[in-house]
This record gives sequence, C-alpha cells and structure tokens, in this order.
Amino acid sequence: MLSAEGLTHAFGPVRALDGISFRLEAGHTLAVFGPNGAGKTTLLRVLAGQLRPQRGRAEVRGGRAAIGWISHQSFLYGHLTVIENLRFWASLYGVKREARDRRAAELLTRLGLAERADQPVAALSRGLAQRATVARALMHDPAVLLLDEPFTGLDLAAAAELRRLLGELVGGGRVAVIATHNVDEGLELATDIAFQHRGRFVQLAPRAGRDRTQVADAYRKAVGVSGA
Amino acid sequence: MTLARKGRWTTLVGLVLLAAVYVRALAFTPIERTQGPAQKIYYIHVPAAIWTETAMILVGLASIFFLFLKDARLDSFAEASAEVGTAFATIVLTTGPIWGKPIWGTWWTWDARLTSTLFLFFLYIGYLLLRGAVADPGARARYAAVLGICGMVLVPFIHFSVYLFRTLHPMPIILKPSAPSLPGSMLATWGFSFAVFTVLYVGFVMQRYALARARQEVPHA
Amino acid sequence: MLERLKLAWVVARKDLLLEFRTRTAILSAVVFTALVLTVFNFGRDPTAVPTIDLAPSILWVTFTFAAMLALNRAFALELENHALEGLLVSPLSRTSLYWGKLIANLLFVTIVEAVGLPLFVLFFDVPVWHVLLPLVGVIALATVGFVAVGTLFSAMVIRTRFAELMLPVLVLPFLILPVAWAVQVTARLLAGRPLAEVAWWLRLLGAYDIVFVTLSTLLFPHTVDE
Repeated sequence: MLSAEGLTHAFGPVRALDGISFRLEAGHTLAVFGPNGAGKTTLLRVLAGQLRPQRGRAEVRGGRAAIGWISHQSFLYGHLTVIENLRFWASLYGVKREARDRRAAELLTRLGLAERADQPVAALSRGLAQRATVARALMHDPAVLLLDEPFTGLDLAAAAELRRLLGELVGGGRVAVIATHNVDEGLELATDIAFQHRGRFVQLAPRAGRDRTQVADAYRKAVGVSGA
Repeated sequence: MTLARKGRWTTLVGLVLLAAVYVRALAFTPIERTQGPAQKIYYIHVPAAIWTETAMILVGLASIFFLFLKDARLDSFAEASAEVGTAFATIVLTTGPIWGKPIWGTWWTWDARLTSTLFLFFLYIGYLLLRGAVADPGARARYAAVLGICGMVLVPFIHFSVYLFRTLHPMPIILKPSAPSLPGSMLATWGFSFAVFTVLYVGFVMQRYALARARQEVPHA
Repeated sequence: MLERLKLAWVVARKDLLLEFRTRTAILSAVVFTALVLTVFNFGRDPTAVPTIDLAPSILWVTFTFAAMLALNRAFALELENHALEGLLVSPLSRTSLYWGKLIANLLFVTIVEAVGLPLFVLFFDVPVWHVLLPLVGVIALATVGFVAVGTLFSAMVIRTRFAELMLPVLVLPFLILPVAWAVQVTARLLAGRPLAEVAWWLRLLGAYDIVFVTLSTLLFPHTVDE
C-alpha cells in the first residue's frame, strides 16, 4: 500500500534522506523515531507527494487523495468555524456535498465536538483544536495516515486523548506512519519501528512485543541520544 | 587557464578595444550633421542598451532551462548575466543623460529608450534583491528563475512600447525592420563598438559565473 | 478543467469568507484609498493645472497603492494559519490554488476600485458617466494584468525577509507598464476622444493579460513545490 525505494534528498550539504527503503501493508503502523533534524518531516513530505526526491521514489496507493495528514500544525483557519473548516478541507479531497455533511456530523459526534461545530477554531482550546485537526484529516476517510510530531504542544491530558483516538484509527485497513522524537509517543500504536538518523533508517524491524525500555535502549544505541 | 582567468583576459581585451572604439569614434568618424559631436556617445550608449536587453533575455532563457534541467550551472549563469546586465543598464542610464543634456537641455528625458532601460534596471534590481533575500539555495534558484522568465517575457512588451509612445528619442536607426540607415563609416564604428560590448559581456559573465560556481562549492568543502 | 475551476472557486470563497470575517484588510485598503485621494487634493492647484489633466494619473496611482495592500494578503493568510502545507499536501492542483488566489485577489482589488472610482469622481468632480463602460473595461484589463503577476510573486515573497517591501519592488516593472497604458486610455476617454483611438492600447492590455495569466499559471508550481 505504501512503498519507498532508495529515497535520497539533500538540502544543500545536509542529507535529509539517504537511501531509505521500506514497504508497508494494510494494517501496519510504522513509528519512525529520530532526533530533530533527522529528516523525518522530509520523509513524510516525500510520501505525501509534496516533495520530489532527488533520487528514488515513493508510492502511495491512491495518491494524495488517500492521505490524511496530522501534524502539530492544525491547518485550520482560526476565523472559520469548525464545520466550515471541515467542509473546506473535505471539498479539496473530493468529498461530495451530501457525504460531507453526513461525515462531518459523524466525526464531530465521535470526537466530542458536536456542540462546538459552529464556533470559530480560534476559540477552541489546544486539546479541542487537536481533535478538530483529527476530524479534518479523517473527513475523506483516508487509507493512509501520516503523522508528523502530532503530540507537540499538547499537555498530558490532551496527549493521552490523542493517543486513545489514534489507537482507534490505526490498524484495520489503514496504513500509518508516525514520526516523532519521543519514544513514548506512538510506541503502543506501532507494529513496526524504525530509527532515523542523519537521513538513514538505522534500524527497521517489527516491534514484536518489545517494551518501552527495550526500544528506548535500542534507540539510544542507534542514534546516540536518549529517547526519553 | 581557469574560467576566471580567461574571463579576466577577455575583459582586458574588451577594455583595450573599448579605448580603440573611443579613439575611432572621436577622431576617425565623421561628425553627425544635426546633433554634433555629442551624437558620438551613441556608439557607447546603444550597444550597451542592446546588451542590457539581451542579457535579460539570456537570464530568462537560462531560467527556463534551469527549471527543466535543475542544473545549478544554469542558475549561476543567470545570476552572472543579471549582474552584468545591471552594470550595462547603469552605463546606459549615465551615458544617456550625458548625451541628452547638450541636445535636449535636460539631464533626464522620458524618452522611450531611456525609459525602457530604466524598466530593465528595475527588473534587474528586483532580481538581485530577490536573490539576496532568500536564504535557502534551492528556493533562491527556483524563485530567481521564475522572476527571470517573467522579466524576459516583459522585454518585448517594453520594447514594443517604443513604437507606441510619442518620443523625443531618435527612432531605432539600426534595429528596425528596414535596412539600417547609417552611412558606411558610422555604421562601421557602430558595428565595431557592438562587437566590443559583446566581448565585454562575455568577459564579465565568465568572471562572474566562475565566482558564482566557486561560492556554490564552498559549503561542500 | 471545470473541476479545477470549481476547486479554484472553493479556495477563493474560503479566502473571501475569511476576509469578510476579519474585515481588517478590506477596510484598511478602502480607508487608504480615501486618504490618498485626499492627499492628492491638497497637493494640486486647480488654477494652475486643470484637474482633468492630472485625473488619470491620480486615479491610477491610487489604485496601484490599494492593489499593493491587497496583494500581500493572499499568501500571508495561509502562512498565518499555517495552512499552506496542508493545501500542498492535499490533492488540490497547483493551478486551482493559483486561480483561487487570483480570483480572490481580483475580487478584493475590484471592491477597492469600486469604492475608489466614485470617491474619485466625487472629490475631483470629473465626469465619467459618458465613458463609464469603456473606463470600467480598461480598469478591469489593467487590474487583471498586474494582479496576475502580483499573485504569483506573493507566493515567493512570503518566504523572504522583508516580504511586504519585496512584493512592491518585484511587481513594479510589471505594474508600471499596464498602468501606463491604462493612464493613456483613461486620459483619452475622459477627454472625449473616440474609442477607435484607444483600441491599440486595449488590445495591448488584452495581450498582456493573456500572456501573463498563462505564464503565471505555468510558473506557479515552481514557487510552492520543490
């Protein structure tokens, strides 16, 4: 469903991607752990088709329309209401009008935002805004989820909430790639783990029941920093 | 010999020949009847103006190829051509008023050629400012290419306006549809001068291009 | 093609909705227009130079300033909302994005011009009724030309230092030309010259528009994608 082959991309002298290859089948979630500057965002941008790599290729079945992108930036317009935002982004992904309103209602209820539908996004708390972001990303029922440091800026309660939400979303028929510098975030969601360091996957393996300590150790060995 | 060295030699040859143009223009070319000795600045002014325009077109062409081929050398050439074009535009904008003062009594006239060179000057300045304002080298090259292409496309519109506005400026005598209407000896001086400015353009661009390439190498050192 | 236009309208509508909600940009531009016209009034001596001679220049300088204000907002608002990346990751075609921004900018500038023109007529007592249609036509033609280029450049300029200063500097040559032609046409229209006399300039403006809208559409992807 998602494949990458020999992805290589440099920004000037900095190698953000240095020959990354992997495949992901439906139901798998890849957690990419790496320090800041390791090239995780670049990897996601290449997967999303927003950046053409200097070498190698990435393929996502269904193209951009099949991708839901969640990052610390919500992509929500502060002065528009929640429902207006959802409708706008859904149109860009080709969701037809009748399906749009139905899906919006569904998601808002499920995410506990139903009463806030007509409030401007700027009026929402960070945690609620993050839920609205998830709603935005799901409006077109994407088969692929790309998450770029989604927990940034969330307090403990909101982060726990997001982890719970994501737990419901991944698996099933979906493929997800979650990039983060913090081993705690996303570890439970992952079926496969990779450590990205200076543009390379230092380790790529199924998670296979390893616990947090084991992964943190392996991470530290792989990239030479603490994963805590 | 490195490119920069070759460039320097070329420029030196060009400058020597430029002196020769001056001599020929001042001493060996007849004085034009209606405009007097001041007309002689025409031999410097017009070739420089033509190269100002041509340099912009070359910036545009290099930019188009750059967007397709992504070769950094094309971007360096565009950068070099733009800087040299700016220098030539400055020559035109200074020699023009020097010519204009004795003939028309004012330093600046809004005639077509000076005005169009002023436009080109603004285009060049904008291009150089844009290059200076973008930190990321990849984005800088892309953005400059976009601006360069727009600038190149604007040139015919600018040039065309010469035929549209009422103008004080002598209509193009050489670059017009019918045959050039300068008498033999003057045409020869003009042709010589144009060739010299071509040599100067090439020499300056070679040096500037070499510098741009050297700057690109440094981060990788 | 139709799909692209529909999506362009979705983008434009979103921009206009945002603009309408905040109202700051449009109000600033309108107030600015009124201010500029007022300043011009104090600067002239109607006994020395008849208003009708200065009128075209005054009108177009005013429109130019207002357009500069308008152009900056197009991509600045995406940056403010951190939404540009989202737009680029979505399946939205770059053409639709550019046209959407272009339409929004054109509507925005048109609103400012629609307020500016009556104010101009009022302040300077210039009769325009007899030439209203061709006058609106030339205003439209010139506006499309420089807004097309300005929209393209605004996408580049937001990532540079001194963005608000860079945009006018870069757009200047591309703006002076159509405005200069428009001033010529405006002067002749206000002086009651026959339409045939200005046909040349109108055709030139039309050609300029077609060339630069097409070119900007083609070049836009290079300003947002790598």
